[in-house]
Amino acid sequence: MTSTGGNETVVSTVKAPADAARPVHEGETLLEVENLGKHFPVTAGLLRRQVAAVKAVDGVSFSVRKGETLGLVGESGCGKSTTGRMIMRLLDPSFGKIVFEGHDITKMSQGRLRPLRRDLQMIFQDPYSSLNPRKTVGAIVGAPFRLQNIEAKQGVKKAVQEILELVGLSPEHYNRYPHEFSGGQRQRIGIARTLALKPKLIVADEPVSALDVSVQAQVVNLLEDLQDELDLTYVVIAHDLSVVRHISDRVAVMYLGKIVEVADRADLYERPMHPYTNALLSAVPIPDPAERGARRRIRLQGDVPSPLDPPPACRFHTRCWKAQDICKQVEPPLVELSPGHQAACHFPENTTVSATDAVAKAAVAQAPAPADEPADPAE
Amino acid sequence: MFAYIIRRLIGAVVMLLLVSLVTFGIFFWLPKLAGQTTDQIAAGFVGKAPTPEAIQDTKERLGLDDPVLVQYGDYLKGIVAGRDYKAGPTTDKCPAPCFGYSFRSSQPVRETLVDRAPATASLALGAAIIWLAGGITIGVISALRRGSLWDRAAMFIALSGVSLPIYFTGLVSLALFSYSLEIFPGGGSYKDFTDDPVRWFQSLVLPWVTLAFLYAAMYARLTRAGMLETMNEDYIRTARAKGLPEKTVVTKHALRASLTPIMTVFGLDLGLLLGGAVLTESTFGIPGLGRLAIDSIRSGDLPMVLGVTLITSISIVVINLIVDLLYAIVDPRVRLG
Amino acid sequence: MTGTAPAAGKAGTGEAPAAFLEVRDLKIHFPTDDGLVKSVDGLSFELERGRTLGIVGESGSGKSVTSLGVLGLHNKRNANVSGEIWLNGKELVGASQTEVRRLRGREMAMIFQDPLSSMHPFYTVGHQIIEAYRVHNDVSKQVARKHAIDMLGKVGIPKPDKRVDDYPHQFSGGMRQRAMIAMALSCDPELLIADEPTTALDVTVQAQILDLIRDLQQEFNSAVIMITHDLGVVAELADDILVMYAGRCVEYASVDNAFHQPLHPYTWGLLGSMPRLDRERSERLLPIVGSPPSLINVPSGCAFHPRCPYADLNDGKSTTERPELIELEPGHKAACHLPLDKRREIWTDEIRPKL
Repeated sequence: MTSTGGNETVVSTVKAPADAARPVHEGETLLEVENLGKHFPVTAGLLRRQVAAVKAVDGVSFSVRKGETLGLVGESGCGKSTTGRMIMRLLDPSFGKIVFEGHDITKMSQGRLRPLRRDLQMIFQDPYSSLNPRKTVGAIVGAPFRLQNIEAKQGVKKAVQEILELVGLSPEHYNRYPHEFSGGQRQRIGIARTLALKPKLIVADEPVSALDVSVQAQVVNLLEDLQDELDLTYVVIAHDLSVVRHISDRVAVMYLGKIVEVADRADLYERPMHPYTNALLSAVPIPDPAERGARRRIRLQGDVPSPLDPPPACRFHTRCWKAQDICKQVEPPLVELSPGHQAACHFPENTTVSATDAVAKAAVAQAPAPADEPADPAE
Repeated sequence: MFAYIIRRLIGAVVMLLLVSLVTFGIFFWLPKLAGQTTDQIAAGFVGKAPTPEAIQDTKERLGLDDPVLVQYGDYLKGIVAGRDYKAGPTTDKCPAPCFGYSFRSSQPVRETLVDRAPATASLALGAAIIWLAGGITIGVISALRRGSLWDRAAMFIALSGVSLPIYFTGLVSLALFSYSLEIFPGGGSYKDFTDDPVRWFQSLVLPWVTLAFLYAAMYARLTRAGMLETMNEDYIRTARAKGLPEKTVVTKHALRASLTPIMTVFGLDLGLLLGGAVLTESTFGIPGLGRLAIDSIRSGDLPMVLGVTLITSISIVVINLIVDLLYAIVDPRVRLG
Repeated sequence: MTGTAPAAGKAGTGEAPAAFLEVRDLKIHFPTDDGLVKSVDGLSFELERGRTLGIVGESGSGKSVTSLGVLGLHNKRNANVSGEIWLNGKELVGASQTEVRRLRGREMAMIFQDPLSSMHPFYTVGHQIIEAYRVHNDVSKQVARKHAIDMLGKVGIPKPDKRVDDYPHQFSGGMRQRAMIAMALSCDPELLIADEPTTALDVTVQAQILDLIRDLQQEFNSAVIMITHDLGVVAELADDILVMYAGRCVEYASVDNAFHQPLHPYTWGLLGSMPRLDRERSERLLPIVGSPPSLINVPSGCAFHPRCPYADLNDGKSTTERPELIELEPGHKAACHLPLDKRREIWTDEIRPKL
C-alpha cells in the first residue's frame, strides 16, 4: 500500500497508461443480479389493504465483473438508488436474485450476511449527514474493525491511520471530529470507512454530487486511484452523465425501474442505441459556448411518469418520438444488439446490424403477443 | 379520509377500554393478588367501621364474588346499556351511561361528574384562550427580535413561568390580588356561570391567569423556536422576494406553518386539563373534576375514580382526534397524503 | 483600494449610471461570534436589458449572497451591506426597506434552487402566484387568478386552469420550477435572478427549464442573472460570465473568452475539474487542490494562492498583495499577478491541451 502526499493533495501514485482503458477483466463475475425488483406497497381503506404498488425497480438484470466499474445512471425515480440498496441488502428485494461471489444473498439473514459485509461496502451521497458528529474520525473509520471483531496486525489505530493516508487525509486527523472538515474531506472520511476492511465491492450512491466542482474531481480521481491500488470493484450510482462516463467501464441506463441500455462506456456514449439514452445525452449542457445551438437536441416532453402506474409495454413510449403502436403493446426485451451492447428498444438508433430482427425475434420468443407491426428500420 | 377517521375512532375505543381495565384492575385485582378476601375488599370500600351488613350489601351490589373480568364486563355493560343495582329489597335503576354509584355519597357518579365538569371546563378553556393568545404573541415577537432585550426578558420570564409550580404562583397571586389588594375574591368562591355569571368570572380570573402563565410560558418558548426555524425556510425567502409586506410574511406564511406543531401539543394539554386541573383547582378551591379525583382517590371511592379517569381519557382522545382532523385542514400534504 | 470592475471608477460618486443594473463595490459582511464573514467583498458589475450574466463559483464564493443582496433580502440587523446597487436609475442600498420591497417582485424577481422548499406547502400554486401579482397590482382576485392561469400556461404547464388549484407537492419537480418561474414573472420584472435554477432537477428537465428561461427572456427582454456552479449551464445561456472566488470577482469576460481564453488560474481549474461529454475521455481530471477558503480567514494577498499551482511565480506577491481586477482586453478582466503573456502561454501550452 502506498502512502500519499499531504492533507488535500490528490492521491496520484498509480497512473494508468494514458488512453488505454483499464484492462477489462473478462470472466470472473463478482456480482450477478437477476430480474431484481422492489415494489413498495401502497395501502388504503379501513383495513389498509394493498391497492397498488410503487414499482421502484421492476426486474433488472446485470452483472459486475471483478475490477470493473459499472455505472448506473438515470433520472430521479428511475430506481437506481433502490437497486443499490438492494445489492447492499439495506432493502429486501420483492423478487429476483442477487448473487455475490457465488453466494445467493437475496434472502440471506442479516446474521449470515454479516461476514459478507466485510466485502460489500457503500459510500453515501451526503458527507454531512452520513458521519456521526459525536465520533472522532478514528472511531468512525475504526468502527468496522470493531463491528467485525477484526484484529489489525499493528493495532486498529495504526491501521486506521494508514487508511486515512491512503485517502489523502493525514494520520493526525485521527482524533478530530467530522465538523472540522470540509465537504470533500468528509467524503474522504466516508470513503476511508468503507475501505477499512478491504472490501471487494463498493456501491457508491451519488458519491460526488454534494461536492463542489473542484472537489468533485479530487474525489473522482481518488476513487479511481483506490480502485487501481486495491483492486476494487465499483457500482457507481449517479445522475451526472459526465461523471459516470469518466469513472465507469460499463454503464447501465435505467428508466422507470428498468434497465433500457447497457454497454461499454465508449460504446454507450458514442453510439447510444436507446432513444432515452440519446435524449439524456443530448440534454447535458455542454461547457462550450461554440457548441450553443450547434448540437442536435432531443427535447423530451413532460416528466417521467409515476412508477405507481408505469406505461405498459415499453415504458418510454409516452415520451419517445419514435414510438409506434408496437411500443405500446409489446415490451422490448433487453437484448444484445452488438457485442457487449444491450438495449431494450423496438427501434434502436446507431445500429446497422439487424437490430429490428433481433428485437422482433426476442420479442416473439418472450412475449406471446405477435409483433404484427412491421418494424421500421431505425430512421 | 373517512377510513382514517374510522380507524382513529376504533383506536380510541380500544384505548379507553385499556385505560378503564387498568384502573379497574388496580382496585380489584391488586388487592386479590395481595391475598385479601372479598370481605376485606368490600370492607375497604364501605369505609369507616364497616358493619357485616354493609359489607354483605356492598359485596352483592358490586358482585365482588364474581370473577374480576365478569365485574368489569358488568361495569362496561352499565356504561353502554345501563344497569340495575339490587340494594336490599329495592332495585336502583341506573340508566345508560351508568358509571355506578359513589361508595361515599351514594350519588350516581354520572351526576357528580356532570356537576363538576363545568367548573373544570370553564377553568381549562378560559386559561387556554389566554395562554394561546399570550404565548404565541410573545413567542412571535421574541423570534422576530431575536437577541433583543425584549427577547431575553420574555424568555427569562417564560423560563420562570415554566419552572414555578402552580401552588406557588397561585398562592402568591391570591395573597397579592385577593387578600392584600382585594381586587378578586379569594379561594373557594367559585359559582357556576348559570348561577352567578359575575361571580363566576371574578372567581376565575386569578386561576385563569395563574394556569395560563405556566402554559403561556411553555407556548412562548415553543412558538419562538418554531418561528425561528420557519423564518429560515426557503418559502419565507420566496415570500419576501415577491415583495410581500413583512407583516404578511410573518403572519400568513411563517406563523401558519409554525402553528402546526403547537396544535399537537395544545391538543394534549387541553385534553389533560379538561379531565381536571388538579393543582389549580386545589389551590383556588374550585370544585372541579381534578379535586373530585383527588378526594375520591383519598377515600378509595372506586366508581368515582373510574369515572374521572374515563372522562379524562375521553377528552384527551377526542381533542386529539379533533387536532388531527384540523391538521389535515391546515396542511394539505396530510389531507392528500 | 477596491477592484476596478466595470463600474468601479464611478464607485462612491453616487451618480446614476447608464446601465440598467449596475453594482458598485458591493460588500456584504456578516458579523458572527467567530469573526466577520466577508461573503461579498467589493463586487462590481453591470448588466443591460436582454442580456444574461452568468455568475459562477463554488459554495461560499458569495454568488448567492450577492443575488439576495441585489434584492435587498438581507436582514439589516445581521448583515452589513455597503456599496451601491443601481437598478433602472434608482439606488437600492440606501433606499428604504419599503421602497426596495415595492421593487421586489415587480421590477426584480428571483427563482430559487429547490422549488419544493421554495413554495409554501400550505397554499395552492395559484394562490401563491395570485398573491405575488396582487401585492403589486390593484386587481380583483378573479383577474389575478386569470392572470395566474395565463402565466402557468405560458411556462408550459398543461391544463393550467386545473393545476392552478393544486398544491406544490402535487407537482413534479420540473412543473414546480415552471410554477416558480410563472410566479417570478407574474409582474413582468425587468431583472430576473435565477439562483441555481436547475441544480435540483433531472437533466432532461433541466434542458426544458433552460429553454424556457431563454425563450421567456427573449419575450420579455429582461435582464437575467444566472447563478450556478455548472459551467455547462452558463455556456448555454450566458452572454457574459463573472467568476467569483472568496467573495470577489476574479474574472469577468464574454462567454466565448471565458471558455476559450480564460485568464485566471481559478477559471482554468474549474474547466479542468469537469468531466466533459464533448471531449475524449481524459484519463484523469485536473482538480484544484484543497478546498474553498473560509470567509472569516480569507487568505492574505490573492485569496486563491493556497490552491494556485502558479502562486510561486510572482516573487511572493501572491501572499502579500491582493491583485486588482484589471481590464486586459476590452470586456475581459481578471485579477491575477501573473504577467499576461505568461498566463496566455500557460493556457495555450499547459491547460488547453489537457481539457
